[in-house]
Amino acid sequence: MSRIHDMGGRLGTGPVDPQDGYDFAEAKDWHKRALALNVACGFLGQWNIDASRHARELLDPTDYMSFSYYEKWMGGLADLMVDRGVVTVNELASGKAEGVSPIADKAAKPESVEAVLTHGSPYTRDAAGPKFAVGAVVKTRRIARNVAVPGGHTRLPAYAAGAEGVVVLQHGAHVFPDSNAHFKGEAAEPLYAVQFSAQELWGDEADPRDVVVLDLWESYLEPAQ
Amino acid sequence: MDADGVFWQGFGMPHDHDHPHSHLPSDPALRVKALETLLTNKGLVNPAALDEIIDLYQNKIGPQNGAKVVAKMWRDPEFHKQMVEDPMPVLQQMGLYGRQGEHMVFVENTDDVHNMVVCTLCSCYPWPLLGIPPGWYKSDAYRARSVREPRAVLAEFGVTLSAGQKVRVWDSTAEVRYLVVPQRPIGTEGFSQEELAALVSRDSMIGTALAQEPGA
Repeated sequence: MSRIHDMGGRLGTGPVDPQDGYDFAEAKDWHKRALALNVACGFLGQWNIDASRHARELLDPTDYMSFSYYEKWMGGLADLMVDRGVVTVNELASGKAEGVSPIADKAAKPESVEAVLTHGSPYTRDAAGPKFAVGAVVKTRRIARNVAVPGGHTRLPAYAAGAEGVVVLQHGAHVFPDSNAHFKGEAAEPLYAVQFSAQELWGDEADPRDVVVLDLWESYLEPAQ
Repeated sequence: MDADGVFWQGFGMPHDHDHPHSHLPSDPALRVKALETLLTNKGLVNPAALDEIIDLYQNKIGPQNGAKVVAKMWRDPEFHKQMVEDPMPVLQQMGLYGRQGEHMVFVENTDDVHNMVVCTLCSCYPWPLLGIPPGWYKSDAYRARSVREPRAVLAEFGVTLSAGQKVRVWDSTAEVRYLVVPQRPIGTEGFSQEELAALVSRDSMIGTALAQEPGA
């Protein structure tokens, strides 16, 4: 059973509003602040991008659906900071700092923010493989789940579990979120773009011409029989 | 605290217990303020650094970056080849690189295929080329429906495809970021790079719009 964030294919969400939140410059002040706070706290080096995604996924489904986008980010951030021992629950509840943090020297500095953010942090690593060639027919794992950590983070959406598709791109080996999100190492694996016919995923209500492509790690895949 | 008296298990194992964020004020603007103040007092956040981050994504990085690349791809066959085959070294040289744009793939619309990008699991998006994603991109509706009924979603954006076009939806489930190269409008021969870039909207690079017709 996947968590609430796994939105692909979900029914009942209503139409998309193309005018919704179009320009970041026009966003509410607290939206901008929430974004910046999340980005800045990443500089502290106490977690990785996969862990921060997982923190948002762990929100209670009721919160997840009622929170606006940046509320999810704030909820995940606060939970992650307590989990990593960066702040205490008492500090969150009282709003009062219990002394200066021992990692305060890592705080993002105004003069270096732009350089760090435009420097990037690539996710490609050296690793064995790839096992599948472009054009190979593969089948995704069913059930979509983290096999090492029960209930843990995975990037195989439920809608694409147990489906047969074709490798269309090899991306090299990338950090494996199912491991990295739980601080169990980067465990890089070959990553592929795999194309599925829309009807394979959604049945005959989908247009027979259409396709969906997902980026999937090698251990999510097996050769199709 | 949960029933065992253990507050927080650590992300080494998932936990479906209490959530520390519930101790923050319930009003979202106050919640952000409370956390910023606390972190500032702990020396973990410098408010001036937050101002810089906002300035960067509000004033310096945005869809104008992606539009520049698309316009140059339309005009310059050699650049087009580089973007399709190995874009990252060139993008780095151009200063169009950074967080959430480390692994770009350009997917081109043709008479036969229309491309569209989504992140069904969160909100992955090529920040260095398009900036911060619009609200609709992060909405439940877009994330839920664009993989299942992309043509219906395109209709909500007012996009009508030509009869022969299939739809290829890219679900950004990893750190690879996809950018759609819309079809160059007819009647733009001889246009400068700046004139071409003006026809390339943010939505056209996500795949929920076409490039603007000249004079439209």
